[in-house]
Amino acid sequence: MKRAGFDNRWLPMLLLVPQLSIICLFFYWPAWQALRSSFYLEDPFGLGQTFVGLKNYTRLWDSAQYMRNAWFTVWFSGVVTLFSLGIALLLAVKADTVLRGAKTYRTLLMWVYAVAPPVAGFIALIVFNQRWGPLTEFFSQFGWDIRIRLDYHDTAFAMIVASIWKQVPVNFIFFLSGLQSIPRAVREAALIDNRSGFSRFWTVTFPLLAPTGFFLLVINITYALFETFGMIDTILRNNPGDMPVTLVYQVYLDGFRGQDIGGSSAQSVVLMVLVLALTIFQFRMVERRIHYT
Amino acid sequence: MRNFIQFTAAAGFALTATAAVAETEITWWHGMGGHLGDVVNQIAAGFNESQDDYTITPVFKGSYEETLTAAIAAFRAGEQPNIVQVFDAGAATVIGAKGATIPVQDLLTQNGVDFDIEDYIAGVRYFYADSDGKMIGMPFNSSSPVLYYNIDALAAAGVEAPATYEEFEAAAPAIKDAGYVPLVQTHLPWEFVENFHSRHNLPFATNNNGYDGAEGTEILINSEEMAMHFTKVKEWLDAGLFGFHGTSWDDNQAHFNDGSAAMYIGSSGDFGGLTAMDLPFEWASTYLPHWASITEEGYQSFIGGASLFAMAGKSDEENAASAAFFQYLTSPEVQYMWHRETGYVPITEAAYELAKEDGHYERFPAAETGIKQLMLQSGENTHGYRMGFYVQIRDVENRELSRFLNGETSIEDALATIEAEGNELLGRFAQTAN
Repeated sequence: MKRAGFDNRWLPMLLLVPQLSIICLFFYWPAWQALRSSFYLEDPFGLGQTFVGLKNYTRLWDSAQYMRNAWFTVWFSGVVTLFSLGIALLLAVKADTVLRGAKTYRTLLMWVYAVAPPVAGFIALIVFNQRWGPLTEFFSQFGWDIRIRLDYHDTAFAMIVASIWKQVPVNFIFFLSGLQSIPRAVREAALIDNRSGFSRFWTVTFPLLAPTGFFLLVINITYALFETFGMIDTILRNNPGDMPVTLVYQVYLDGFRGQDIGGSSAQSVVLMVLVLALTIFQFRMVERRIHYT
Repeated sequence: MRNFIQFTAAAGFALTATAAVAETEITWWHGMGGHLGDVVNQIAAGFNESQDDYTITPVFKGSYEETLTAAIAAFRAGEQPNIVQVFDAGAATVIGAKGATIPVQDLLTQNGVDFDIEDYIAGVRYFYADSDGKMIGMPFNSSSPVLYYNIDALAAAGVEAPATYEEFEAAAPAIKDAGYVPLVQTHLPWEFVENFHSRHNLPFATNNNGYDGAEGTEILINSEEMAMHFTKVKEWLDAGLFGFHGTSWDDNQAHFNDGSAAMYIGSSGDFGGLTAMDLPFEWASTYLPHWASITEEGYQSFIGGASLFAMAGKSDEENAASAAFFQYLTSPEVQYMWHRETGYVPITEAAYELAKEDGHYERFPAAETGIKQLMLQSGENTHGYRMGFYVQIRDVENRELSRFLNGETSIEDALATIEAEGNELLGRFAQTAN
């Protein structure tokens, strides 16, 4: 086998420079700034600062509200990921077997992908409106009086529904193309070996979909943690009150609205560490069980 | 021919040079959208036409919070605007940052503009001033919470608009029987906490309500009076005499607009918006109620809204331009125009007199309520408050008070939590300045 290589040792480095400088400029440098200011209490105008050591971190641990938001974030991300993957998988499996009108069906499922998160939040505000929202009226027939922006759990419910609705199309597209890339021969062989569609799915289709599923798991957790920001912002309209907020939204509230630079830096460092830990866990624990073809 | 070209070139150069010297350009960042933004542009255009030396460019920067954040980021990059609008809850952040702004009083006197704080309406004078009474920010869109009422609804119930909460309690059942929710409010911290302290002349924070400096300032919210007030509010809520629909303004005001709530506590600056909406019923406004059990006569409220700050680090010519603009802005004619178009109170006595002479209040009696309330008797606790990280403290207030109104906590626990978390934030704010 012929090994391709560079004759000059500077050329490969030169070619790497643009990528590396972008990473340094937009990731390492801000991360370093965040880490640095998390040890200070700083005047927003940058005119004065006091070194406070780990106080910005220890107060988060002591804050009942921060811990409550942390648990909400974990719970929210879990539920959103589980349901948006589950629903998308179900729809993709069904869409894969549709022959007539398949294109229309797929397009209808996919177009939601184009909806921006703030728009999704706005639609949630409308359909769950306290007084005339269609879904509020629908649920009130079952005796559930939804009071969005007034009741903690009802608001959480609306946020979760909007987030799942927004994310299902992306997952659907990936799952569908994953399904369609499974070789026909494998499917036909499975069809001969196994009569039950359900067990065929679990023993043949699902393992073959695992690489797609793992990729989607990673991006869905990231989505639930970070990208739902715009949707939450629209629903809360800058007035969190007693409503659920995710940790990312809390960083915004304290940093951008409240001008508490030290406190919000500490929170963003906590988030960075969490994401790092999550990524390591995913690649070490989950990816090992996946076989790429 | 060659001489002619040289001559025209030189003349052209001289012309542009004089133009560059003559016109000093300044920028003004603000958070006034929609109709308010149009009126802001009208003021700027009026100033630019009124003289040839200066040009001001107003720039809409989004919400109050976004405007402040943008100005801070710009200041750190050395690209700050000359004038920035800052809202009440952000005032401590700007005033606490010594060297970020030029006190407006200094700016005016240094540029030869007469300044007398007594020219300003009583409730307006000291909110944006330091503890010595020097005005730091120029009050711009100033408002106070007042009580709006549906005249038809009160007539149907056969009651008068209440002046005190005791009168409200007496009238509320009849209003409810007439088919209305008697009362809603639009901003718990502003209307039921901050101005509650002012209306009853109760201390809201130590250190002279925070004006004497951030060091050691503590919020005084866990008081008998606050507990009494919110216990009553909760009783009214449970009895259907009070409506609570969330912490945002619109959620609550919508119930007054559509005729289901008979009264709402809102901003005196709502006047313009309510008039424009052409509501299907007669309405009027009166003072923010007070508890006669705490004080027989109510005290003045203080202004909310926002003020204009002159940012530091600008040339003398630009500062002169800012001073000239402030002089124009505070002139009676401009203030009256602003007051008439928006419903915000005029900030000077002279503008108020002009509005009276013009018969504005005979045509629109509701437009005068806010101003008269700002001129009621004053006390040592009626000039406002100055607390850092107050945006977050407001969030804590909203959170705990709505938890109480939702029945998830007791008022004692809610107030104790606000005080504990508020004091922690105030302590941290004191450490930001060094």
